[in-house]
Amino acid sequence: MSDNLDIQENPLSDAPEMDAEAKEAAANAAEYEHGWSAEIDTEFAEKGLTEDTVRFISGKKGEPQWMLDWRLKAFRLWEQMEEPDWAKVGYPKIDYQDAYYYAAPTKKVELDSLDDLDPDIKAVYDKLGIPLGEQEVLAGVKGAKKVAVDAVFDSVSVATTFREELKKAGVIFLSISEAIKEYPELVKKWLGKVVPQRDNYFATLNCAVFSDGTFVYVPEGVRCPMELSTYFRINAENTGQFERTLIIAEKGAYVSYLEGCTAPMRDENQLHAAVVELVAMEDAEIKYSTVQNWYPGNSEGVGGIYNFVTKRGLCQGDRSKISWTQVETGSAVTWKYPSCVLNGEDSVGEFYSVAVTNNFQQADTGTKMIHNGKGSRSTIISKGISAGKSNNTYRGLVRVGPNADGVRNFTQCDSLLLGDECGAHTVPYIEVKNPGAQIEHEATTSKISEDQMFYAQQRGLDEEEAVALIVNGFAKDVLKELPMEFVVEAQKLLAISLEGSVG
Amino acid sequence: MLKIEDLHAETAGKAILKGLSLEIRSGEVHAIMGPNGAGKSTLANVLGGKPGYEVTGGSVEFLGEDLLELDPHERAAAGLFLGFQYPVEVPGVSNVQFLREALNAQRKVRDEEPLSGGEFLKLAKEKAGLLGMDMDMLKRHVNVGFSGGEKKRAEMVQMGILAPSLAVLDETDSGLDIDALRVVGEGINAIMRPQGGAADKGVLLITHYQRLLDVVKPDLVSVLADGRIIETGGPELALRLENEGYDAVMAENLGAAA
Repeated sequence: MSDNLDIQENPLSDAPEMDAEAKEAAANAAEYEHGWSAEIDTEFAEKGLTEDTVRFISGKKGEPQWMLDWRLKAFRLWEQMEEPDWAKVGYPKIDYQDAYYYAAPTKKVELDSLDDLDPDIKAVYDKLGIPLGEQEVLAGVKGAKKVAVDAVFDSVSVATTFREELKKAGVIFLSISEAIKEYPELVKKWLGKVVPQRDNYFATLNCAVFSDGTFVYVPEGVRCPMELSTYFRINAENTGQFERTLIIAEKGAYVSYLEGCTAPMRDENQLHAAVVELVAMEDAEIKYSTVQNWYPGNSEGVGGIYNFVTKRGLCQGDRSKISWTQVETGSAVTWKYPSCVLNGEDSVGEFYSVAVTNNFQQADTGTKMIHNGKGSRSTIISKGISAGKSNNTYRGLVRVGPNADGVRNFTQCDSLLLGDECGAHTVPYIEVKNPGAQIEHEATTSKISEDQMFYAQQRGLDEEEAVALIVNGFAKDVLKELPMEFVVEAQKLLAISLEGSVG
Repeated sequence: MLKIEDLHAETAGKAILKGLSLEIRSGEVHAIMGPNGAGKSTLANVLGGKPGYEVTGGSVEFLGEDLLELDPHERAAAGLFLGFQYPVEVPGVSNVQFLREALNAQRKVRDEEPLSGGEFLKLAKEKAGLLGMDMDMLKRHVNVGFSGGEKKRAEMVQMGILAPSLAVLDETDSGLDIDALRVVGEGINAIMRPQGGAADKGVLLITHYQRLLDVVKPDLVSVLADGRIIETGGPELALRLENEGYDAVMAENLGAAA
């Protein structure tokens, strides 16, 4: 980890001591705003994936036997499975034996306050530009609006704040590793129940090797007193990131969870296969928001994260509600379908998505709304923005079971194209086994018109400002679903992601 | 403030402007009239710098600068405002957001401090009031669902907020009924020739009809035909066009040239 690139110090300056190679690396790093990596000693599991790797990870984390058994079962399943190829994405074959599956910061953990945080890690948070409100909270400013930050640095949760206050409300907010030890019954009850171990190749891989992640439990009748947020970040070269999140909202509970990602500049492709499981009981509501900005690869399509994510929510109770909101701007390849299984009567599933692809990025993303409960309703709003030579696919399934009377779904898929070398694709699947269902699907594809661009430019915006404005307008119906803290950040991210895509 | 000399321009390979010369001095309102296809909208688009229009000859000087060298947004920051014949819809973007970003982008180019949200709203409210628009309308998305008249009124509110030196208004009167025409015309007067006159502002008013000129009284009227200015006169020229039609004026002019 010697190549610490500090982009603050004008990497393009002609300092004579910089050789050409370093200069090029620095310039590459500067291209990607969050493209840096900090020097923190990392402890690796040996390269490759065998039963021993799984045992190593489990042992490293001091897990109980039942957890190890669960992992091993998944590993054996995974060995029998084939990598899926149905998505509209292409990438070189991944050599799963040529990757690391575990890395942990060696200076670590168990902090009473953030003052005790490793200064290197603190510096990483600073560079990440954690929103002001949260910085105040991190700095312990009194009266700051509370946003709990469970920071996942590489694979192990380094710091968890506000655990005590949440505890007072009865909310459990822990890393999943801690939850496995402290609340084994809760974890056992739900882990793998929303996304089964054999669900799909990447989810099964995650079951075997998941490094860490977040556990949230909101008991009956409790409204979680703050927004919960987690920052994920890949920091070690060639290390897969396998996060695991489980959120349970009991009867009448409410929780809003924010997840934001950035990743440093790397040439090597990095595999990211997360699993998120949500459970909402009677009258419970979970709002899950994501801003995803993993490294997308450079403008030539070299490098970037492979983001194969399985996210699913179970609306188990009557009148329960799960709402997914995502702003996806990063990753070289995205394969992600946050879904809702609507078992409860009159339960509600929502999916709001903005997916931006530029250069050679590929995104195949959408949702599945599985209506089993009578009177269940779902809304899907997908906004795809394609630029450069990228490909952006919406893939969505709306399924209505035979006993689900009075189901309603509304789907709107809009695609916006910048330039004429990119692609936008919409692949809706609708399976209705109950004749009473009311399903609406609307789709549009448009280009940013020359007239719109000229109009905005004539009023004073330069080309990139004009694109940012038009694109943010296009995505507004989704952006307004984000928690306030994320809206401005998300708007900026859209603009940054499309820089250089016009003219 | 604007000096156009022997301007030639084409679009889609077709020559539209064929040696157009025109000068607007500070404080002047100069009306351009002419038949369809004469090049009126092309003139506006070329001045604004719209892609797809190629200048093949001549020069345009604006406040001492070579206008044709500037990007469209730089022309805006330099003080050029184009009132669009067909204002464009920008879904999802409110007028307030659009104009605040535009104004602050212009101010940035001019090395001026950006306006805060509060300062901007105060300005917007004042300028909208001149055109009889309320803030609810400014909170709506840019031109989305606006009637033809509302769009033109919104254009004038934009002009009021951006406070240009030169307004090039391309058939701002089209699609307006008599009452709306009066409101818009008085808006132009209020913004571009406020009480006591504005020595530092000019207007290039492209129109088909005398009725706008009844409200916004021009200092000069020029007739544009086949890519050239064929005649320039005082306000009485517009009245003559109204009574006799373009053909008569053009025939006379072409006859004189022959």
